[in-house]
Amino acid sequence: MLALLLVAVGGGLGAAARFVVDGEVRARHDGGFPWGTFVVNVSGSFLIGAFSTPFHTLTWYGVSPDVAHLVQFALTTGLCGGYTTFSTATVESVRLARSGRLRLALANTLGTLLVTVLAAAAGVAAGSLFV
Amino acid sequence: MKSAPHRDWRYVGLVALGGAGGSVARYLVSMWAGILLTPLTIAFPGASETILWFPVGTLVVNLVGAFALGYLLEALARRGRETVRRRKIRLGIGTGVLGGFTTYSALALEVQELLGQGMPWLALLYVTLTLAGGTATCLSGIALASRADRRREGR
Repeated sequence: MLALLLVAVGGGLGAAARFVVDGEVRARHDGGFPWGTFVVNVSGSFLIGAFSTPFHTLTWYGVSPDVAHLVQFALTTGLCGGYTTFSTATVESVRLARSGRLRLALANTLGTLLVTVLAAAAGVAAGSLFV
Repeated sequence: MKSAPHRDWRYVGLVALGGAGGSVARYLVSMWAGILLTPLTIAFPGASETILWFPVGTLVVNLVGAFALGYLLEALARRGRETVRRRKIRLGIGTGVLGGFTTYSALALEVQELLGQGMPWLALLYVTLTLAGGTATCLSGIALASRADRRREGR
């Protein structure tokens, strides 16, 4: 039950943050490429990588494993899961393709995947610095 | 100038509410989706450990979410101009629920982990199913919504 509450709170905050960040980026880059979703997904992937390590850090600093696990869960499955989105990224690629901008569509699909995986790896490396 | 919706706290709250619901649904699906792999582990007992690495939960939410968002946005676009009610549906259900239901960060971390565990082929399979499958389900959602709309118009 506590897990559900944590996912709800984390996911809600994450989704609200995505809405605001996407809107602000969109207001500055009103071009063809969906930079808002891209920025959200890349930053969220970095964060989930970084948050995938604090379990060890917290327990080393004397936090009980149960609590450390819940904190990590709220940050990764909750916050980062609600913050990032696959559905919007897919719809935006499909829209680019349907409007004839195939290259941009492909760049969005493959570019987002490549950069988010690199960002997640960078996040894991950054998080490990604190262990 | 009227302020953009993402600067209106009522719309931000609506997205948060939807995102909370979508995230809980994603968590529940990912808890149970592992069951889908059971037949495969029985059919290929030798490879069962590798099979269980496959992130089937994230795959399922992302494919379903891409379908639903494709359907929703196409259906809304075909109704014409965006009224306040339609905007609430688009932001609450689309940006909130479906945005929170699907995830890119888990996808990225899982691919990174599969590569780190020395399973590049499983990572490639996962990525291909997600990207090709997501595009396909999204297009099906759009097609279904436009068909429903044409039927509605034809009446």
